[in-house]
Amino acid sequence: MPLLEIRNLKVEFDTAKGPFKALDGVDYSVDSGEVLAIVGESGSGKSVAMLAMMGLLPDSATITADKMAFEGLDLRTLSATARRKVIGKEISMIFQEPIASLNPCFTVGFQLGESLKTHMGLKGGKAKDRVIELLTAVGIPDPEGRLNAFPHQMSGGQCQRVMIAMAIACSPKLLIADEPTTALDVTIQKQILDLLVQLQQDSGMGLIMITHDMGVVAETADRVIVQYQGRKMEEADVLSLFENPQNAYTKALLSALPENATGDRLPTVSDFAEAGGF
Amino acid sequence: MSDDVILKVRDVYRTYDISGGLFRKASQLTAVKGVSLDVERGTTLAVVGESGCGKSTLARMLSMIDAQSSGSIEIDGLPIDISRTGISKEMRQKVQIVFQNPYGSLNPRQKIGHVLEEPLLLNTDMSAAERRDLALQMLEKVGLQPEHYGRYPHMFSGGQRQRIAIARAIMMKPKLLVLDEPVSALDLSVQAQILNLLADLQEEMNLTYVFISHDLSVVRYIADKVMVMYFGEVVEYGTRDEVFENPQHDYTKTLFAATPKADVESIRKRLAAKAA
Repeated sequence: MPLLEIRNLKVEFDTAKGPFKALDGVDYSVDSGEVLAIVGESGSGKSVAMLAMMGLLPDSATITADKMAFEGLDLRTLSATARRKVIGKEISMIFQEPIASLNPCFTVGFQLGESLKTHMGLKGGKAKDRVIELLTAVGIPDPEGRLNAFPHQMSGGQCQRVMIAMAIACSPKLLIADEPTTALDVTIQKQILDLLVQLQQDSGMGLIMITHDMGVVAETADRVIVQYQGRKMEEADVLSLFENPQNAYTKALLSALPENATGDRLPTVSDFAEAGGF
Repeated sequence: MSDDVILKVRDVYRTYDISGGLFRKASQLTAVKGVSLDVERGTTLAVVGESGCGKSTLARMLSMIDAQSSGSIEIDGLPIDISRTGISKEMRQKVQIVFQNPYGSLNPRQKIGHVLEEPLLLNTDMSAAERRDLALQMLEKVGLQPEHYGRYPHMFSGGQRQRIAIARAIMMKPKLLVLDEPVSALDLSVQAQILNLLADLQEEMNLTYVFISHDLSVVRYIADKVMVMYFGEVVEYGTRDEVFENPQHDYTKTLFAATPKADVESIRKRLAAKAA
């Protein structure tokens, strides 16, 4: 049984111009110990799927699926209270903007302690020990001194490390990283990706990387789903996807990478669309 | 060709005063420390570095938004020192800039036609009809339609907005275009379109680019020369092939090592290391 299994997921948003289909019948499944990358451009519905699964979409969204199960637990029929027991503990998420995801009014130590208190019932000295342990695990120098630091006193890379520490605080079985390194410098990106992959391998959790960056996919993923305008274009293991892409859109995406440029001009996705690719 | 240097920068510094407070003494921050460079007409210089390395400060000085604290900048034979001489219309026509965020750099209440005509209105004596003609020509040149003239920025996608920002920048027919991370906010396929557009315009108008970026794969594709900055200093400066094939400075090597590799060989190597 896969860790997370979603069948035929559809998400529609009510807009002033009528319903807008953000996702149109996409299947996902992730096993423990596996890194799945969902890759696509803006508007491809790559984030919407995971937000729908976690119940984080606004009321204007209509979500339907034939199956949506986490470890056999049906997420569709779960009440809000029951869902909260799973989300944040068993499934956790990291977002793109580390500085915006942390509360500027509270210290890093307090915010980490909060999730331990809510989900694990840890308080006082025990919580503090665990927070220090977590900050050490994500490679923050002088973790004890950093407990009382506010987010604005840390760099973007360090804030993202704190977010990761928070996400793995309750040893989740599934970690979803939504564009975790987009706002960071290349050198910091490398450190954060290495950290995520190492944590994933040590703990054996499932990891879903949502990204638009083919480089990030190449560096982290085991399996890849390529999405375009709310539909799945291709699903393959990472090596076959880069070596021998089947779908016209995937081919277009790969050939638009500047490092794959042959000749003077970069092929663009619309060149392929005009050629009747998809 | 090699003596046709359009941009000449010698030993430029920029310091900012950081005001003091109750618990902090006033101090100075030097964002750019002694940068010198030459760019030849019709070529592209890429400036690479991480956030805070001074690359955008350099861009602001080259495009006359900020004055240098010391050192000399010469653009197309014209010495630039705006803190002493101010900016003349002649200087303004030489350089234009395109910013990273196409959403933030267009006024949401200004129609595209007016966006494009504004530089002409301010810097030339053209009549309204002439300005309109030029704006329509420019729309076509950057791959937009004449009917886009009367629309507002929110009606365009990110890639189209970046086309508008580029069109606005070349309205004055500048000699030098400073591009501050022009494709960082765009999707991969749109990025390819904009890079192609920039290449076409460079050829057509014999433009010179200073291209600021942190994305090495883009730099490798577009640049003739590459300059790597680290904490305000130039740590590496040479032709693209020299820098990419034989990086000298430790920071450049770190930068290259950190850049994700999307070729099949590297993926195979990673998977093998993981399986072991």
